[in-house]
Amino acid sequence: MSTSATDVVVTGLGATTPLGGDVTSTWDALLAGRSGVSRITDDWVKDFPAQLVARLAADPAEQIDRVRARRLDRSQQVAVVAAEQAWRDSGAGEAGVDPLRIAVVMGTGIGGALTLLGQDDVLEEKGPKRVSPFTIPMLMPNGPAAAVGLAIGAKGGVHAPVSACASGAEAVRWGLDLLRLDRADVVLVGGTEACVHPLPMAGFAAMRAMSTRNDEPERASRPFDKGRDGFVLGEGAAALVLERGDAAKARGAQIYARLAGAGGTADGYDLVAPHPEGEGASRAISAALRDAGLTPADIGHVNAHATSTPVGDTAEAAAIRSSLGEHVLVTATKSQTGHLLGAAGALESVFTILALRDQIVPATANLDDPDDDAAVQALDIVRGEPRRATFSAAVNDSFGFGGHNIALVFTTA
Amino acid sequence: MSREEIQTGLAEILEEVAGVTPADATPEKSFTDDLDVDSLSMVEIATAVEDKFGVAIPDDELGNIKTVGDAINFIEKNQG
Repeated sequence: MSTSATDVVVTGLGATTPLGGDVTSTWDALLAGRSGVSRITDDWVKDFPAQLVARLAADPAEQIDRVRARRLDRSQQVAVVAAEQAWRDSGAGEAGVDPLRIAVVMGTGIGGALTLLGQDDVLEEKGPKRVSPFTIPMLMPNGPAAAVGLAIGAKGGVHAPVSACASGAEAVRWGLDLLRLDRADVVLVGGTEACVHPLPMAGFAAMRAMSTRNDEPERASRPFDKGRDGFVLGEGAAALVLERGDAAKARGAQIYARLAGAGGTADGYDLVAPHPEGEGASRAISAALRDAGLTPADIGHVNAHATSTPVGDTAEAAAIRSSLGEHVLVTATKSQTGHLLGAAGALESVFTILALRDQIVPATANLDDPDDDAAVQALDIVRGEPRRATFSAAVNDSFGFGGHNIALVFTTA
Repeated sequence: MSREEIQTGLAEILEEVAGVTPADATPEKSFTDDLDVDSLSMVEIATAVEDKFGVAIPDDELGNIKTVGDAINFIEKNQG
């Protein structure tokens, strides 16, 4: 009988991000303090208030077969690239796992927006007969999960959580549940996003959610800083391979970390605005701790969602402080990666796992002058240089428009 | 346009849309069984054929085109 006591471990990692085309290059760039943010130079952007973006470091279309790439939306391409990396890294493919016992959970916030909008242009300009027959499989939000499922041969179920910027973290949580419920033996989880296009840019800008610090791209994403003015849209994907600990050990797999627990809540407060005290976020973190059988004192590090918006960061600081206390080393890696929306929670899970492995907390870039908010002032937010520390448990939290809150607890292997 | 020219043009389309090696695009080959061209790709191929040869393939005819030779015959018969 599988219960919440089932030991679930991480045996593979993959990522393609604004900082690098794989996990190692991304992690190295993060610790080196490099930024993935640049200013858009295309003509369309000149009337836009927010002109910054964190583009992928490596073009996914060049990493997969040409014919395959042209049938995949960019959000599917990056998902497949990250997933194939994680799958190879885990060695699960060579281990001969029954395909009927392999599942995929790959979330996205926006889905195939580039296909949707691009094919709408085709429709307007050339008429309905010229719309691609691949339009629907390329734009559907489960498209990345389905493409990944085909890529790794998963026949045990393919799922696509959609909870805005919590989607990637929600996918990790679903993977944990699937293993605990014995619905699969190996689950590839992750998140993907690729929606750099005028319409999403205009929509987020209209919400006043994006940074307009156009003249200083690398300094624009500044979580918890007094001068923060919004997030920077990023693109990319990250993936993790999860298995039950006993099975992973039996096949001699490398084990990066344990996924010890997860919690999920809804704010029930507003469609987009976070609860000002982070009430729902705090409950998610507390639930994840209970699920992991840990107490706040056990947690040494938090990879914060912190997108660099004025209201989101202070609400999260309050949530971290109320649920965990003031001793945890907090970092906000979106200061360098930008905000990968539906991929963010998966990428930041990768960072949390590598922080545990290497016993180092990446610095929050651009945190020159922490906000006067009491919770921000109270927290130990790592800045300047990465900080070496000794810790055996860490939290990654993610929140999404819609009031979605997910917290994940990872522990050392 | 001669049958050879049509076959060459069709092979270019098959390479672009479905990754078929041009030398494999010979008349006896079945799109689905030999060349691994699925039904959605056939729709793309029909659009490309219209662009290249000026020959529209109606949906009810598309289902009857099973081989490369069938496509060459249809284009040859209907070209302007």
